[in-house]
Amino acid sequence: MKQKDDKTRSGRRTFLRTAGKAALAAAALVGAKGVGAEEKPGNRAATGPVEGYNWNEHQWGYGIDTYRCIGCLRCVEACKTENGVALDAHHFRTWVERYVYIEGEERARVDSHSDPDNIAASGSEKEYRFDNRYKDEKVEKAFFVPKMCNHCSRPSCVQVCPTGATYKTKDGAVLIDHEHCIGCQYCVQACPYGARFFNVEAQATEKCTWCYHRITKGLNPACVEVCPTGARIFGDMNDKESPISAFLRDNRVMVLKPEQGNAPTCFYIGIDREVS
Amino acid sequence: MEPLFHIAPYSGYVYPNETVFPWTVMIVVYPYLTGLVAGAFTVSSFYHVFGLQQFRPVSRLALLTALACMIFVPYPLLMHLGHPERAFNAMITPHITSAFVAFGYFALFYVCLLILEIWFVFRVDIVARAESATGLVKQFYRALSLWSNDVSDKARAIDHKIMFVLAVTGIPAAHGLHGYVGFVFASLKSREWWGSDMMPAVFLFSAIISGVALLIVLYITISKIRRVPIDEACVRGLVYALWGFMMFTLLLEGVEFATLVYKGKEGIDIILVYVARDLFYRFFVFQFGVGAILPIILITIMVFRKVRGKTFITVSFICGLLVLMQVFLMRWNVVISGQEIAKTMRGLLTYHVPIFGGEGLIVALSALFGPLVLLWIFTWILPPWLDRPAAAE
Repeated sequence: MKQKDDKTRSGRRTFLRTAGKAALAAAALVGAKGVGAEEKPGNRAATGPVEGYNWNEHQWGYGIDTYRCIGCLRCVEACKTENGVALDAHHFRTWVERYVYIEGEERARVDSHSDPDNIAASGSEKEYRFDNRYKDEKVEKAFFVPKMCNHCSRPSCVQVCPTGATYKTKDGAVLIDHEHCIGCQYCVQACPYGARFFNVEAQATEKCTWCYHRITKGLNPACVEVCPTGARIFGDMNDKESPISAFLRDNRVMVLKPEQGNAPTCFYIGIDREVS
Repeated sequence: MEPLFHIAPYSGYVYPNETVFPWTVMIVVYPYLTGLVAGAFTVSSFYHVFGLQQFRPVSRLALLTALACMIFVPYPLLMHLGHPERAFNAMITPHITSAFVAFGYFALFYVCLLILEIWFVFRVDIVARAESATGLVKQFYRALSLWSNDVSDKARAIDHKIMFVLAVTGIPAAHGLHGYVGFVFASLKSREWWGSDMMPAVFLFSAIISGVALLIVLYITISKIRRVPIDEACVRGLVYALWGFMMFTLLLEGVEFATLVYKGKEGIDIILVYVARDLFYRFFVFQFGVGAILPIILITIMVFRKVRGKTFITVSFICGLLVLMQVFLMRWNVVISGQEIAKTMRGLLTYHVPIFGGEGLIVALSALFGPLVLLWIFTWILPPWLDRPAAAE
C-alpha cells in the first residue's frame, strides 16, 4: 500500500512540513495568501464508493454483541491491515476494552490492548493481545467491549468541522475527505468516544469508515469479516432480512453515552453500567 | 529529529487514541493573544469612547498593542493546522455549523476595524510627518496618509465622528471575538472540564484584565526606556480598572469551578483526583493565589494606605506581571487541563511541551513575544506617545 511506502520518507516529510508551516505562517503575517503543494492522503479514509453505488438505497447499521466477543483482537489487526492504519499503540480505528470485576472491588478494572503491559505481552506495537494479569485474582465478572466510530445520527464531529471535510453520507456513514481536511483536530476534540485521531502521514484526521470501500461493493467491513464469533454485526437496516435488522429486532440494544445526544448507529448488547 | 507525534504519559484508563494530545500549547497561546487584543482595545475605548482623560497617555499605545497582538493571532493557529495552506477554506467554503468558522470572519472584520481606527487616530500625525520628512520617508508617509493632507478643523471633526463610531463598534467586535473563543470550548460537550455555560464570560473578563495588565507593564517599561515621567494618574486608572475586572473574573472562575464540583456529575471523582494531584499548584496556588488574590490584596492595600510615587508604580508593575501570568495559566488550565482529563473519565494524561517542532516551546515563545517586536516597529512608524505636544486627535 502507498501509505507503507510513504513511511520511509516520513522524517524528511516532517521536516519539510514544519518548514512549510513556518513559511506559511510568515506569509500570513505579512498578509500574503497561503499557498502550498497539496499532499496526497496517506491512507484510505477518503476512499469513496464504487461506481454505480446508490447511497439512497441503503441505511447501514452496526451491532456489537459483547456476549460473543472473546477479545482475540483479530478485528483490530484486520482493520489496521485493511485500512493502512499506523502500526503503533496510539492510533486505532477500532479497539477492544476489557472490563474485569474483582471480588471485593466496587468498580471494574478497565484496559485495552494498547495498555503498555498488553503491548509488552505481545512483544510488539504491531500485534495485539490481552495479557493474563488476572490469573491469580478472584474474578466475579469479565467481558470485552469492542469500540469504534459510532457513526452517529447527530455527529458532533460533523457539526464542528469548519470546512465540511467530515460529513454524514446518505447511507449513514460518517466519512472524512482528506482533500479538504485542514487538520485542526476540532473533530477529534468533539468526538465523545475517542474514535478519531490525527494521521501524521496525511496531516488530517482519521477514523473508522465501516470500510466504505468494501461495503459499497456489497462486502462486510474487515472487522466483521474476520470476527470468529459473530460479535460484530453489520448490514443494511433498510433490508429486513439483513443481519443488523435481525440483531435489532431480536435484542434490546443500547448505545454508548446516550446522554451526549449523538444518537449512535452502533448498537450494543450486553454492556454494563460502567461501559461508556 | 523530532518524533512524528508525542505520546502523553497517563494513569488509569484512557482511550487508545487519546494518548496523543490534539490541541497543544499553540491553542493556549491563541486565546491568550486574542484576549490581549480585547483587553487592550478596552483600554483604548476608555479614552476614545468614554473620554476618560486619565487614560489618554496609553490610549494610542493600546490600539497599536491590540493590532500587534491581533496580527500574531493566526500564527499559532496556522502552526497547529495539519494543512495550513487550506486554512482559508474555512472562510471561502465554510461549513456554517462549525463554531470555528465565525473566527475567520470575526477576525477579518476586527482587523479591518482596528486598522481603520488606528488610521483615523494617527491621521494628523501621519500628515505632519509626510510634510516634514524628505525623500523616501516622505513618500512612505504620504502613501500612509492615502495622499490626503486635509487636516482642517472640518476634516478633523469628521475624523472624530468616525473614530467614535469605530471605537464603539470595536467594543462588541473585540469582545465578541474573544467571547466566541470561550464559546468554542464551552460548546464542546465531550469534555466535562470545558462544558460550562460560564466559559465565554470567564474568557472575556480574563481577556480584559490581561489587556489592562499588559498596558500597565508596557506603559511603565516604555516610559522607563524613554526616560519620560510616568503619568501616575494613568497608571492609577489602569490599576483600579484591573482591580474591578479582576474581582469579577475571580468570582466567575470560582463559581464555575464550584458549580462543576457541586453538580458532581459522572466523572467528578477523577476530576477531584486531578485537581488535588495536578492542579493544586497550577490552578489554586499560582492562578488563583499568586496571580489573582495577591494582586487584589496588594492593590487594596495601596488604595487603603494611599500609596503614591515610586512604590505605587513598582507594585502596579508587579501586579501587572502577576495578572499576565495568571491569565496565561488560566488559558493553560482550560485548554491543556481539559485534555488531561481523559474522555473515559477513568484516567489522567500529562502534557509535556516539546522544545522543538512546529508546536514546540520555541514557536510558542515566538508567538508570545513576536507581538512586542511588532509593537516596537509600529511605535517607530507611528509614535503613539502623548506626553509631548501631540497633534490633536
